[in-house]
Amino acid sequence: MRIQRPWRLAAEASALLIALVVAFPLYWMVLSAFKPAGEIESTEPRPWTLDPSLDSFHRVFQQQEFGRYFVNSLIVAGTVVVVSALVAFLAATAVTRFRFRFRTTLLIMFLVAQMVPVEALTIPLFFLMRDFGQLNTLGSLILPHLAFSLPFAIWMLRGFVKAVPEALEEAAYLDGASRSRFLWQILFPLVFPGLVATSVFSFISTWNDFLFAKSFIISDTSQSTLPMALLVFFKPDENDWGGIMAASTVMTIPVLVFFVLVQRRLVSGLGGAVKD
Amino acid sequence: MSSVHARGGRWAPWLYLAPALVLLGGLLVYPIYQLGLISFLEYTQAQVSGGAPTTFRGFGNYQELFSDGQFWQVLLATVLFAAACVVSTLLVGCALAVLLTRVRAVPRLALMLAALGAWATPAITGSTVWMFLFDADFGPVNKVLGLGDFSWTYGRYSAFALVLLEVVWCSFPFVMVTVYAGIRAIPGEVLEAASLDGASQWRTWRSVTAPMLRPILVVVTIQSVIWDFKVFTQIYVMTGGGGIAGQNLVLNVYAYQKAFAGSQYSLGSAIGVVMLVILLVVTLVYLRLMRREGREL
Repeated sequence: MRIQRPWRLAAEASALLIALVVAFPLYWMVLSAFKPAGEIESTEPRPWTLDPSLDSFHRVFQQQEFGRYFVNSLIVAGTVVVVSALVAFLAATAVTRFRFRFRTTLLIMFLVAQMVPVEALTIPLFFLMRDFGQLNTLGSLILPHLAFSLPFAIWMLRGFVKAVPEALEEAAYLDGASRSRFLWQILFPLVFPGLVATSVFSFISTWNDFLFAKSFIISDTSQSTLPMALLVFFKPDENDWGGIMAASTVMTIPVLVFFVLVQRRLVSGLGGAVKD
Repeated sequence: MSSVHARGGRWAPWLYLAPALVLLGGLLVYPIYQLGLISFLEYTQAQVSGGAPTTFRGFGNYQELFSDGQFWQVLLATVLFAAACVVSTLLVGCALAVLLTRVRAVPRLALMLAALGAWATPAITGSTVWMFLFDADFGPVNKVLGLGDFSWTYGRYSAFALVLLEVVWCSFPFVMVTVYAGIRAIPGEVLEAASLDGASQWRTWRSVTAPMLRPILVVVTIQSVIWDFKVFTQIYVMTGGGGIAGQNLVLNVYAYQKAFAGSQYSLGSAIGVVMLVILLVVTLVYLRLMRREGREL
């Protein structure tokens, strides 16, 4: 679309300005994590520091097994991402490449399942985990998130599986490929970009989880995850803001790295999923 | 087509679906059933520890809930807060998506990266950072706005406003990126044809762009409604568990406080059922809208 020059320049200036505003909280987080204690508690906050220090990070990694929590979070999110991607891939293949009874019913169920407020299920899940002896284990965080990320992952992958032409499947069988060979050696690599896009969503929702960690990991804190580690720095008398910002930085960076790595795939994946 | 699909027999699709169905059945469907069941029982600390028999209360829990003024107040706050979040997120997200189509690569990349950063930020760290930005003593916002030691989390509306800002910040990127992808997917020839026919920009937007974007707008609206209706972490962290005297409670936090802090599992479950029903209604509306769009499942 043709736009006059002054208007375009104004649009570009505002885009840059908005980008700065949007990025500012993250800048402030990282900056504050590196500020020495005296500057953090200054009532004249400055948007720079002349004296960066690692003290807050030291405090974070020394106090209460922060590294352990970090690894736990990685295990939980990693397991959910990998397993739900595989399970969703199989299910998405079933609902797109087969015609069978209840297919539409299942699809509607997957759609409805996405809308279930999972937080509302904390209470029954708490009793379920207790009955299976899973309270205070990473399993109590992995299992529910696995189930919750599935409906959306299946729904999103469907578009990608659909896009693979049927003719390709026929040709593979004519060449004597077995069904499982077609599935894993032809279809899987073709829908991989879609898997990456869906993984972003399951990773984020699992990495973000605060409610389940808070409700299911109650006595054995060595099984806890990062969000809980963060809360330690909130104190009734005065919050340790340096510690909170350092812990927040450590918690945000893996997600940021993941996002930057899959950025292109994510945007095209979303385009593909919504176009459908 | 049939020759391909005949392979593996009629049980093949179910074999592929089995892992997903087992997980969903055990960890989603069964808990929903349990949630409903508990909401009809007398289930508090005494029953959980086995000290008292579990009794059936029928609609007793619901009666107790509905006759409690606080419940209605929390329900109203939840709906209004979610509505404010959805409207703000959509406005910001769509406006910035349009802006993205009007600028060259560098500003576009800058805005895209900043938005991805906000999107990638976990809810809990987003909450802590925004609290710190608006801190009464050490935050830069009060300093810049000259608000002195005004405490944002003290007042009911300013606390909700602060949470709203954080929610919009971390959820507009989804809307922006999705709508932007949608606008880019509109074929250039269509827009060109419209301008050749002498359509004004506004006319092109109304008659070509907007209708083609409708399905995407429906998706992002529904996702935002669902997402904002069940905000938990931000409220819990930023207002310290629901604000002073519970002034910032939303249904999710309310249910958590009833169940896990107050050991009133049956009341908590009844609140969960209410949330479930509200979101199911939203889903049905969504399905009808999709049907009207004529999209095949």
